[in-house]
Amino acid sequence: MLSTIRTLWYVFLHMFHKRVTIQYPDEKAYLAPRYRGRIILSRDPDGGERCVACHLCAEACPVDCIALQATEDENGRRYPEFFRINFSRCIFCGFCEEACPTYAIQLTPDTEMGEYKRPNLVYEKDDLLINGEGKYPGYNFWRVSGVKIGGKDKGEAENEGPPVDVHRLLP
Amino acid sequence: MATVHVDNQRYEMDDKQNLLQACLQLKMDLPYFCWHPAMGSVGACRQCAVKQFKDESDQHGKIVMACMTPVTEGARISIQDAEAVEFRAAVIEGLMINHPHDCPVCDEGGECHLQDMTVMTGHNYRRYAFEKRTFRNQNLGPFLNHEMNRCIQCYRCVRFYREYAGGNDLNAFALRNIVFFGRDKDGVLENEFAGNLVEVCPTGVFTDKTLKQHYTRKWDLQMAPSVCVHCAVGCNITAAERYGMLRRLVNRYNGEVNGYFLCDRGRFGYEFVNSQRRIRKPLRHGQPVGLEDARAGLRKLAAGGAIGIGSPRASLESNFALRSLVGADYFFAGIPGREAALLKLMLEILGNGPAPAASLREIEHSDAVLVLGEDVTNVAPRMALSLRQAVRQQPMEIAERLRIPLWMDHAVREAVQDEKGPLFIAAASATRLDDVAAATFRGAPDDIARLGFAVAQALDPAAPGPEDLPGQTRELAARIAAALKGAKRPLIVSGPSLGSAAIIQAAANVAWALAGAHLAFTAAEANSMGLAMMEAPALDAAQAATAETAIIVENDLYRRLPAAEVDQLLARFGHVVVLDHLENATTAKAELLIPAATFAEGEGTLMSSEGRLQRFFAALSPTEPVEPSWRLLGGWNTLDEIIRALAEAMPQLAAVREAAPAASFRMEAAKIPRQPHRYSGRTSMLANISVHEPKPPQDADSPLSFSMEGNPKQPPGALQPFFWTPGWNSYQAVNKFQEEIAGRLEAGDPGVPMFASGGGGHAFFNAIPAAFEARAGEWLLAPLFHIYGSEELSREAPAVAELGPQPYVALNPEDAAQFGDEVELMGQRFRVSRIAELPRGVAGIPAGVPPFAGLELPAWSKIQPIQ
Ligand code: SF4
Ligand code: SF4
Ligand code: SF4
Ligand code: SF4
Ligand code: FES
Repeated sequence: MLSTIRTLWYVFLHMFHKRVTIQYPDEKAYLAPRYRGRIILSRDPDGGERCVACHLCAEACPVDCIALQATEDENGRRYPEFFRINFSRCIFCGFCEEACPTYAIQLTPDTEMGEYKRPNLVYEKDDLLINGEGKYPGYNFWRVSGVKIGGKDKGEAENEGPPVDVHRLLP
Repeated sequence: MATVHVDNQRYEMDDKQNLLQACLQLKMDLPYFCWHPAMGSVGACRQCAVKQFKDESDQHGKIVMACMTPVTEGARISIQDAEAVEFRAAVIEGLMINHPHDCPVCDEGGECHLQDMTVMTGHNYRRYAFEKRTFRNQNLGPFLNHEMNRCIQCYRCVRFYREYAGGNDLNAFALRNIVFFGRDKDGVLENEFAGNLVEVCPTGVFTDKTLKQHYTRKWDLQMAPSVCVHCAVGCNITAAERYGMLRRLVNRYNGEVNGYFLCDRGRFGYEFVNSQRRIRKPLRHGQPVGLEDARAGLRKLAAGGAIGIGSPRASLESNFALRSLVGADYFFAGIPGREAALLKLMLEILGNGPAPAASLREIEHSDAVLVLGEDVTNVAPRMALSLRQAVRQQPMEIAERLRIPLWMDHAVREAVQDEKGPLFIAAASATRLDDVAAATFRGAPDDIARLGFAVAQALDPAAPGPEDLPGQTRELAARIAAALKGAKRPLIVSGPSLGSAAIIQAAANVAWALAGAHLAFTAAEANSMGLAMMEAPALDAAQAATAETAIIVENDLYRRLPAAEVDQLLARFGHVVVLDHLENATTAKAELLIPAATFAEGEGTLMSSEGRLQRFFAALSPTEPVEPSWRLLGGWNTLDEIIRALAEAMPQLAAVREAAPAASFRMEAAKIPRQPHRYSGRTSMLANISVHEPKPPQDADSPLSFSMEGNPKQPPGALQPFFWTPGWNSYQAVNKFQEEIAGRLEAGDPGVPMFASGGGGHAFFNAIPAAFEARAGEWLLAPLFHIYGSEELSREAPAVAELGPQPYVALNPEDAAQFGDEVELMGQRFRVSRIAELPRGVAGIPAGVPPFAGLELPAWSKIQPIQ
């Protein structure tokens, strides 16, 4: 009896509290930049595709909704030939972002992706690739990696010495 | 056996082993790099450090390299000891100092031994922030990619390439922290086993270049246990698929057959499966028809009276299905009469003679070898790698006398120096094993046979021998006989390559004249022996057969007989039906052409030249309308049904049932998954077509499933799709599946050997040919084999094709003196290749290379100068 009255009293007090419900979609909630919504693929500071098609995001994905195929350009730079995320399966866990060694795949605070038809939730690389660096500016995997690509020869990555002359026999 | 304490636990270990091997055999995790189960220890990487204690009271102990320390009675070691753990972490940190930040774009990633060992030792944070040394890479040809920055200087590559496989164009250059592993300049790696560096190198320095063109991580591959179809050795392979395409092959360990290594034809020949020239739709008169329509047409034509022409590259099941469809009397073996007779002779020798057939393991352990008439490296490549090890058997006794354990590789090699065991090679020309041979003999086929007969007679005077042998040859025969007699495990290698029954008979005589000798035959194709076991008449007999229709299964007759003869043969039939994988001259003649599954899309059983029945399973999920021939030919719904019928109809092949467990086999009520449990993209790979994931294809033909679900425990050897255990993602995981390191698989080595124990007695053969005599203006055309180019299917793989020869006519330089750079043969011009090792009067032509593919060799032919 007593507890019922107390509960009623609390409910009554709530009438004077600030409201948290907002009039979505006229009004929008603030979602922090690290909120886990729609996934994008970003570009490196030089404007190149950041994804190097390592397949780690696909591997990490608990619902297996990422599929891609690696390929290489004529200079040895690896990138995804296709990159597909089936958002009708995605649970926005962010594991892919965590697994990505290049900061290519990122979750964004955009959650407005409702569709009437499921196939419209299948995003290809064209739909995923944005024109910027996203949340992690400045990183370019190829500047760190030892692989030679167009515009970056052996020995030109960060902290790399020039290629050794293997015929040299000086100690 | 010795009792050893590891971390205060008692274990029994084999005292012929080192501690590393013994620990791994007990399924413990101990990191290593330079030790290799087939190559022993050199102690180069310092990764396998453990603590060894003097006795129970010793608290300090000392750090030793497990791979360099023999197992001794009462030894006490610790893997977990803090100092040992720290030591190993320090070693790997040192190895990683110059390592590039490459894993995401490294083809080794996900199956990298270096990754595994780094995780195992717990080194996960880079402290070194200074300059890394870098290297330039080399172009090593179409098979291997080179990325030298990733090297950790374990020396496995050069040890395998130079010491194990006998190559000499890969080496270590420079010194201290800039040691470089490569060639002196860019160029194709010459050794036929270079592809094994993909698995031998523990890092991503050497990776598969063909895989790179359609790269897929190991965890994303759908894999099936399979058998190489590019020669008759029958190496076991893992065939791997992704997105409906065959992506690569890797070695599948079989202790009795290929062990850890494949040849490059086998490893890189797979791309014929993805060829543009694959037949993907049934065609009637060149117009696409439905599969049901095509099958109905096939049935109707068969009912109207048909002959069937089988094939040595089709499975036993496919050949049997054809035989059942047309009737045993109308089934022909699809190989020319001469080859059929030679195969029959070999079966007779293995089945009824006292000498058993040698598996590759037995070949490797032979201590005296006579090769009669075979260029083993180019005909049965993997066997040549085993012969190369056999040469080390006798000299290893030196090491044994010095009490050097045999796994201590460099000490053994130091002790042995250039000492070689007896290997004698009698062949028509130079072979790639000549560098390790004690003596070589070059001769025309008849002269090779005569040498063989002379050896047999020298061993056992009851055996017939040739008269009037030149003194030198007689001396050689006596020398060979003495070497074979002095051996504990002598081996005779021979085969049908030179088209000579006398050579095979001579080889049998030698083996039978020796007590305890093994025989190893080669054969041309993956199922040559199996086809011969079916005892069907040869292709020549089909020329007399009358029927309305000819049904040809997986066979390009234009590679069997001269074109004119095939034209004539096919013209006898109102209808020609062909089932095959690739477009060829025969499929061009087909009224009805039906696509047949390759080894990657279907299943079946092959019999290797050793007489081993081995089953292969589909790696690709079934894709209409490509089906295995045996199913297309009708009558059976599942593989087990046809196998049962086959075993009943042909008692000589009854053992085919035991080649692998039946489809009803389950591991604790579950199927065996073809996909690793980390397989990715399941709900996305087909989402562009439909968002409703299809049910995985059901496999009624095998206990394997086309999914990642199933029992992950170790299945029987014949069903093992890939090797993986927690923490061991690279191929090195195979250690955990063996009864004994480099020994038998715990669940049994795949395959049923039919001739492993010799038969009863057999009288010596006595048809000794007369000595070869050169003719004026005419040459004996003899086939010269090429690992890349002579075999029909691998020829279609671009990487292999790139290394194949252009047609030529090879002559002894003295014979060639009368010609210019070109000659005329069969009305065509050919380049002359001068080969000093070729006997005079013999002309070598590349076997299986058009336009020579259909010639029955050897044969006499005129060679004319260009007018
Ligand atoms: S993890 Fe990153 S780099 Fe790797 S495939 Fe995914 S998005 Fe690309
Ligand atoms: S060799 Fe192994 S550790 Fe090195 S980059 Fe390649 S995958 Fe990574
Ligand atoms: S290339 Fe590979 S096998 Fe050779 S030394 Fe380097 S890491 Fe070892
Ligand atoms: S030796 Fe023959 S069976 Fe073995 S891998 Fe080479 S081609 Fe294939
Ligand atoms: S494995 Fe023992 S030192 Fe390399």
